[in-house]
Amino acid sequence: MRPRGRKPRGGNSKLPDATGLELIAQRIRTSLGDEAVTGTTYYREQATVDVAPEAVHDALEYLSRADEEPWTRLSSLHGVDYLPEEPRLGVHYQLLSMERCDRLNLRTRVGADDAHLPTVIDLFPTADFQEREVYDMFGVVFDGHPDLRRILLPEDYTGYPQRRDFPMGGEPVLFTFNEHKYPRWYD
Amino acid sequence: MTDDPLSVPYRERERSVTMEPMGADDDLHEELFTLNIGPHHPATHGVLRLLTTLEGEVVRDIKPIIGYVHTGIEKSCEDQQYWKVITFVERMDYLAYYFNASAYCMSVEKLLEIEVPDRAQYLRVIHMELNRIASHLFALATGALDLGAITMLWWGCRDRDLVLDLFEMSSGQRMHPRYIQIGGVFEDIPPGWVEKTRKFLKLMPTRLDQYEDLLDRNEIWLERLKGTGVISQERALELGVTGPLLRATGHPWDLRKAMPYSCYEQFDFDVPVGHHGDNYDRFKVRMDEMRQSIRIVEQALDGLPEGDHITTDRKVALPPRHELATSMEALIHHFKLVTEGFRVPPGEAYTAIESPRGELGCYVLADGSAKPARVHMRDPSFVNLMSLPDMARDSLIADFIACVAMLDPILGGVDR
Amino acid sequence: MEVTRTPVEPDASALRVRGLKAQQMLRGELAGKDLEEFVQERLLFTQFETAQNWARKNAIFPLGFGLACCAIEMITVIGSPRNDLARFGAEAIRFTPRQADLLILSGRVSIKMAPIIRRLYDQMLEPKWVIAMGACSSSAGMFNNYAVVQGADKFLPVDVYVPGCPPRPEALIYGIMKLQDKIMGKPDMGWRERYQAHGTEEEVEHSATSGHARVEAERRHETAGPEAPRR
Repeated sequence: MRPRGRKPRGGNSKLPDATGLELIAQRIRTSLGDEAVTGTTYYREQATVDVAPEAVHDALEYLSRADEEPWTRLSSLHGVDYLPEEPRLGVHYQLLSMERCDRLNLRTRVGADDAHLPTVIDLFPTADFQEREVYDMFGVVFDGHPDLRRILLPEDYTGYPQRRDFPMGGEPVLFTFNEHKYPRWYD
Repeated sequence: MTDDPLSVPYRERERSVTMEPMGADDDLHEELFTLNIGPHHPATHGVLRLLTTLEGEVVRDIKPIIGYVHTGIEKSCEDQQYWKVITFVERMDYLAYYFNASAYCMSVEKLLEIEVPDRAQYLRVIHMELNRIASHLFALATGALDLGAITMLWWGCRDRDLVLDLFEMSSGQRMHPRYIQIGGVFEDIPPGWVEKTRKFLKLMPTRLDQYEDLLDRNEIWLERLKGTGVISQERALELGVTGPLLRATGHPWDLRKAMPYSCYEQFDFDVPVGHHGDNYDRFKVRMDEMRQSIRIVEQALDGLPEGDHITTDRKVALPPRHELATSMEALIHHFKLVTEGFRVPPGEAYTAIESPRGELGCYVLADGSAKPARVHMRDPSFVNLMSLPDMARDSLIADFIACVAMLDPILGGVDR
Repeated sequence: MEVTRTPVEPDASALRVRGLKAQQMLRGELAGKDLEEFVQERLLFTQFETAQNWARKNAIFPLGFGLACCAIEMITVIGSPRNDLARFGAEAIRFTPRQADLLILSGRVSIKMAPIIRRLYDQMLEPKWVIAMGACSSSAGMFNNYAVVQGADKFLPVDVYVPGCPPRPEALIYGIMKLQDKIMGKPDMGWRERYQAHGTEEEVEHSATSGHARVEAERRHETAGPEAPRR
């Protein structure tokens, strides 16, 4: 990681800096218990709080309602596959505060075998389609979601494509060394 | 068989909200009627399927079903080098291609911590605002087509062609030009481009006045749009709606002003805001946004600084061709960049910009190799589509068509 | 068929003579040699198929169908005054497949959309043509992955492929003109010869691989609905 000179222009310099992030994490720990927050990351001026999967709903409820500096909007809910690190599947909750023009990222990690997370649709109705998409692409089941089914792929599709071990699919590109292996319809 | 823990046959889930007969009369048997609109229907913007539950002509519930243009772009991006991902990501929201590329490039630049030169930032802003004008024109053209004002289609496409001519002059292609690259823009603008753009900017306000003359005083247009598709500000904020839809409800949230990026803080422009949150306000907000975009482009052209059009960091951007003949390091950099691409240190970044439809965010996870490990675009149309049931509930079918027209969903971004 | 066009004489008297003759014809007053001359000046002989093809090619009804980015360029071709399709007689877009001739597949064909397109294609009445516009419908373009059908010709017979991503409006017009040439020539050339098909169902040879091939054809028939029996 090489520093490249001046801070890049653009982006918001009012994002919670490292100390602000630690304070937020401390406040979550005080209200929910120590095992709720598993870590904090401050990278490239973006703040991420790692929480345990069971505490996601409570942490988001605290951050959006009860905190002294509430984060009231959910910008984005997306999933990531961190293969080969375990636990594999990560779900990110990108929070936004319109009053302070700040962003905060909340992250949980679940394993692929038993990927269950509580739904946050009661706190943020915007999570409806987005949780369905994470379910569709990664297989993370959101307990309590009223209508959890596939959204982008056909309903009877098997498999979770966005996982890293799912094959890319498609056709092999024909070059001269392999074109004889794949007969075309006119052969 | 599927090992899905939630496998309920989907036809069961997509049944009508209620099939109970309504009314107590013996001779009159009414029930709610499920109508499937789409995915191929003249009034949808792209392949959107809507399961509507109707009581007579009144819409009681809508379930949008999407996924008919799902191209697996995010999965494909994991197999491409960082600069090749730009072509994939451009084709998501296919009317706002500069915005897609810009959000992604800003995320990667944040991860690489490279500085984008001022001239490149200004050029990005100019192209993005021109693309905003083109996107709003097309949205207006097809929206008016849905509502029956077919003249607007000819006019909107005509003026959009002028913008596409400018794009073709600067980058060589009308759509998906791959102009915005990591570290700046691909090429400097050719001589004569600034004059042609200024000519277009002088022409555009009169054209916008003509559109307003055509539409804004038309009784049918006003009747169909005023008061239909109302959504309250709190509900819009809850649903994560951003962009012209949110500004039409009265909330002045614009990422260009609130969290400025790419030199937007140096330009002086207003953010148009509506009052009622109905379709007419959305139409007016888009018209006014076009005027503000013209202002921004004029200011950017006036203040266009001299300098590089892409970062001088040779490890990220290709060296200029004339250097390849003289400098060995340039040759090695060129070779490395073209074959393997640059490597990005491990980390993740999320950047959000204001696209014509709302907040377009791009999340990039880098794992240290030359290919990204995850690229996710938070598409504004995907989230705005969730507000369609709220907008269209208890309104007539014709009003709900106006809602879809003014909601302006781009299914390429919704489905990715 | 050679169509020779001669310019109208700017001579006013000749025009008046023709006008009078037309009046007489309409009243039925022409007879004998006059009538024969009159008819010969205005009649041309051709084959019925040629005239039919000429009429068909100049009045194509495209189906209003757009999938993705290429649809924007298609709407530009139809809607923009600069390149417009009305010059070629193809401006009447019909949104119902029962009344449409031409299916322009503009955009990427995802696996969820493929059976629907097949059903639309089957609902169209003969004669019908398909233009695969853009790289994604011709051959999946850059999307070599799980979600895109690798070329629309995997489940549809395609007549003209227009490359580009997206193709310029001029390129699409060129493709439509090529289709017009094809209609004017032999309309059932190309894929019908390749597949030895009559109408739109596919002839399956009974050979060693027939089991697999029949399953493929059967699956296609499932989405196509009931139709004429296979020969």
